[in-house]
Amino acid sequence: MTNSPYFPVLVLLAAGVGFAIAPLALAWIWAWKFSPRKPGPSKNAIYECGLESAGDAWIQFHPGYYLYAIIFLVFDVEAVFLLPFAVAFTGLTFAAGMAMLVFLLLLVEGLVWAYQKQVLVWS
Amino acid sequence: MDEQLKTELRKQGIVATTLQELYNWGRKNSLWPLNFGLACCAIEMIAASMARYDMARFGAEVFRPSPRQADLMIVAGTVTKKMAPQVVRLYNQMAEPKYVISMGACAISGGPFKQGYNVLKGIDRYIPVDVYIPGCPPRPEALIDALMALQKLIDHQPLTGADRPRHLRADAPSEFIVPGFGAHDLEPSQNPEVWNAPLVNISLAGTDDAGKH
Repeated sequence: MTNSPYFPVLVLLAAGVGFAIAPLALAWIWAWKFSPRKPGPSKNAIYECGLESAGDAWIQFHPGYYLYAIIFLVFDVEAVFLLPFAVAFTGLTFAAGMAMLVFLLLLVEGLVWAYQKQVLVWS
Repeated sequence: MDEQLKTELRKQGIVATTLQELYNWGRKNSLWPLNFGLACCAIEMIAASMARYDMARFGAEVFRPSPRQADLMIVAGTVTKKMAPQVVRLYNQMAEPKYVISMGACAISGGPFKQGYNVLKGIDRYIPVDVYIPGCPPRPEALIDALMALQKLIDHQPLTGADRPRHLRADAPSEFIVPGFGAHDLEPSQNPEVWNAPLVNISLAGTDDAGKH
């Protein structure tokens, strides 16, 4: 076994795992030998900033937020796809160009819809 | 092994130590304070942790924003009655072993605001304090002095035996009463396990339990 070319890797692996586990094991044994566990309601609380948590974390966002989501999608996703499209434009086939055009039209449709809803008006 | 033999060995370049000494040496040089300031003393605490005074020399530069990772609570500033429950709850949420430095006149006794209706007359009414630093505010040197006093205290804490520190005793509490807002004052107005009103009538000396801890 010691002649195997993978033997040093095995030794290193064992040493690496031991290096990670030994301090944790040592701390655990130390705590078990000397330090009694002292849990309590405050200590076990999830929120840890002095105040008691109030209410529920499962709140609903205002539905008006979907407008921002749509505008973000239109501009951000468009930018992500337009750059590689522009770089590879001369090498593209007709079918690929058409597919990209359909994709663009779908996004532009979202923009037109937002424009008609007067989302883009600064007030 | 007695001290004399130990120093003699150290002269010859041999270091003899015990598990307890090694443990306390590690503990006292890695006190992580809670990142928590209440008033102007906190500015001095910040100064103490910065380059000019450099608390990092004592292993105490890692101010933790979470009580779960902190060993040392520096009560830096005036504790108002509105804030007292939060201070006690933060102390409760710290993991053992934990220590408290009461920094400045306000945290010790209420300081210049002692007569104020809204100020707690010393944080030691609710949580056990290890080191007090007077001053208004204490200079960073005073905080470093308190830190060194605390390091000395930790250095002499035994691991076993009857006089071992609180965090090693299973019966000693880790959490203390969090005061609530009453009609006129905090309820309870002090934790009798930690603090009792000092003796006023000297003729009662020795016959009641006032002033005892």
